[in-house]
Amino acid sequence: MTLLEVKAVAKHFGAVQVLNGVDLTIEAGTVTGLVGDNGAGKSTLMKTITGLYGTDGGEIRFDGKPMTGLNPGQRRALGIEMIYQDLALARQQDVAANIFLGREPVKWAFGILPGFVDKAKMDADARKMIDRLGARIPSIHRPVGMFSGGQQQTVAIARALTFNPKLVIMDEPTAALAVREVESVLKLIRQMRDEGIAVILISHRLNDVFEVTDRIVVLRQGRIEADLQTGKTQMREVVGYIVGAH
Amino acid sequence: MTAIDTAGRGDAWRRLQFFFDSKVHVRLESLIVLALLCVAMTVLSPYFLSVSNFLNILLATSTIGVLAIGATLILSSAGLDLSLGSVLGLSGVAGAYLSVELEWPWFMAIIGALGSGALAGYINGQLITRTRIPAFIVTLGMLGIARGVALIIAPNGGAIYGLPDIVVYLGQGRPFGVPTPVVILVLTALIAHYVLAYSRFGMHTLAMGDNEGAARATGIPVERLRRELYAISGLLAGLAGLIFMARVNAGDPTAGYTYELTAITATIIGGTSLFGGRGSILGALVGALIMGVLQNGLNLLAVQSYYQQIAIGAVLIIAVYIDQLQSERERKS
Repeated sequence: MTLLEVKAVAKHFGAVQVLNGVDLTIEAGTVTGLVGDNGAGKSTLMKTITGLYGTDGGEIRFDGKPMTGLNPGQRRALGIEMIYQDLALARQQDVAANIFLGREPVKWAFGILPGFVDKAKMDADARKMIDRLGARIPSIHRPVGMFSGGQQQTVAIARALTFNPKLVIMDEPTAALAVREVESVLKLIRQMRDEGIAVILISHRLNDVFEVTDRIVVLRQGRIEADLQTGKTQMREVVGYIVGAH
Repeated sequence: MTAIDTAGRGDAWRRLQFFFDSKVHVRLESLIVLALLCVAMTVLSPYFLSVSNFLNILLATSTIGVLAIGATLILSSAGLDLSLGSVLGLSGVAGAYLSVELEWPWFMAIIGALGSGALAGYINGQLITRTRIPAFIVTLGMLGIARGVALIIAPNGGAIYGLPDIVVYLGQGRPFGVPTPVVILVLTALIAHYVLAYSRFGMHTLAMGDNEGAARATGIPVERLRRELYAISGLLAGLAGLIFMARVNAGDPTAGYTYELTAITATIIGGTSLFGGRGSILGALVGALIMGVLQNGLNLLAVQSYYQQIAIGAVLIIAVYIDQLQSERERKS
C-alpha cells in the first residue's frame, strides 16, 4: 500500500536549488535507506515531508491526502514523525515533557480549571514507552541533557513512537552511538517494519543501511540518482551512485 | 561532576536541591539567601523586625513582583523585555489621564492602564516576530518610546493627581488588614504559577526557551506563542502601573524608572534562566522579596539610594554569572 507519494518536489534557498524535482514513493511496512553525499538534499527533502520547510514546486501526498499547507503539528497528527540528527530535545526538560512535547495530555482540575497538564499520565506513559524500548534511563524526572547520547536517542525515538506513527523518518540515528546501542536501534527499526510502520533511514553508515533496509534510494544534487533493491545491489554500486560515477 | 558529589553529604544536598526545584518550584539557595538577609537585617537594625515594616516590604515588593512575573515568562522563553519599567510608567499616566483629565468613569483608569500596557507588549511581540529584530533591541526601543509617550501625555511632563476613590483603594486599601497590592500580587502569581508550571502554554514556553528548533519541529506554534508572551508581559507591566498609580494616587510619567533592572534581577535570583528553558514564578516572588528586603534594609541603615542602585546592579551581574555556570552544566551532555 502506498503511504507516501512525493511528486516533482522542488526547493531552493535563495539562489541555491537544493531539490530539483524529486519523485519518491514509500510503501507501508518497508524500510527505505536514503543515502547521498553531504549537501545532496536528504535532510531538506525530509523536512519538506514533515512540514518544517515549505516546497517551491511539486506535491506531497500522505495516505492519499495532499500535505500542502499543513504545519508540522498537523502532519504529526496524521502519523508523520521524524527523529532529527540533533535529536531536537529540550535538554532542560525531563523525559516525559520531551516525549509529549507539543501533545501534552490535559485534564480538568477539580472539574473546573481547564488545561492542567496530566503529569501523572505523562510520567506513566513515558515510563511504559521507555521500558518497551528496553532502554535503561536513570530517572525519568531528570532533565534529558544529563543523559548519555544513547539515552537521549532513546527519548527521541520514544517521542516518535508514542503516538502510533505510520511513517518514521530517522536522520542519522546511529551516528553518535556506541556499538551496542547501534544494534538496538537497528533491532527497533525491524520491529517497526514488522508492525507495518514505514521507515526512512538516512545514514552515512552504509553497513547499517545494508543490514536493515529493503530498498536504497540514492539522492544526488537534489535528484533521485538510483532506486535499488537492497538484496540485489552491493556497497560498490551504491557508493558509485553516491559519488556520481555511473 | 566533582569529587564532592560522590560523598554522602553532597548527595543529600543535591537531593534536597532537586526536591525544592521540582516540587516546591523555588530554589533552595534563594530561600537561604532570603533567610540570611532577614537575619542580617534584624541584627543590623532594630526597626527591621516589625509587622509594620514587613507590610512596608511587601507593599514595595508588590510592584516589582508583578513585573518579575512578566519577566519570568519572557526569560523562560529565552526572550527579554527591557520595556517593563517604562511601560509601567506609561500605563499609570494613561489610566490617570482617562479618568482625571478626560473625566471618564473610574473603571476607565483600570482599562486604560491595563490596555496601554497590553498594547505596548503586543507591539513588542509583533515587531519581534514579524521583523526578526532581536527582542533586546525592540524592547529597548519600547523603553524609550513608552517613556516618551508618558511624558507627552502628562501635562508639562508632571504627574496627574486625584484619582477616583475606588481606584485608589487598589493601592491603599487594606482588605482584612492586608494591603490590596499584596493581594493582587499573590493572586496574579498563583495564576501565573499555574500557567507556567502546569499548563500546556507554560510547558511550550519552557520548551521554546530550551530549544526553539525542537519546539517548532514538534508542532508548537512558536511565533504565536512568542507574541502572546510579550502581550502578557505588557499587560502585567500595565497591572504594575495600575498598582503604582493607585498607591501614590497619581499617574506619574517618571514612575518605574529602572524597575526592569530590579525585576529582571529578582527573576534571575529566583532561579529563572536568562537563557530560557527554566523558570519559576514562585522563585521570582522570592527573588522580589530578596530585592525588597535588601532595599528596605539599606533604607533603614540610611544608605543613600545611589548605593542601592550599585547593589542591585552588582546582584544582577552575580546572579547571571551563577545562572551561566549552571546552564553550561545542564547543556553539556
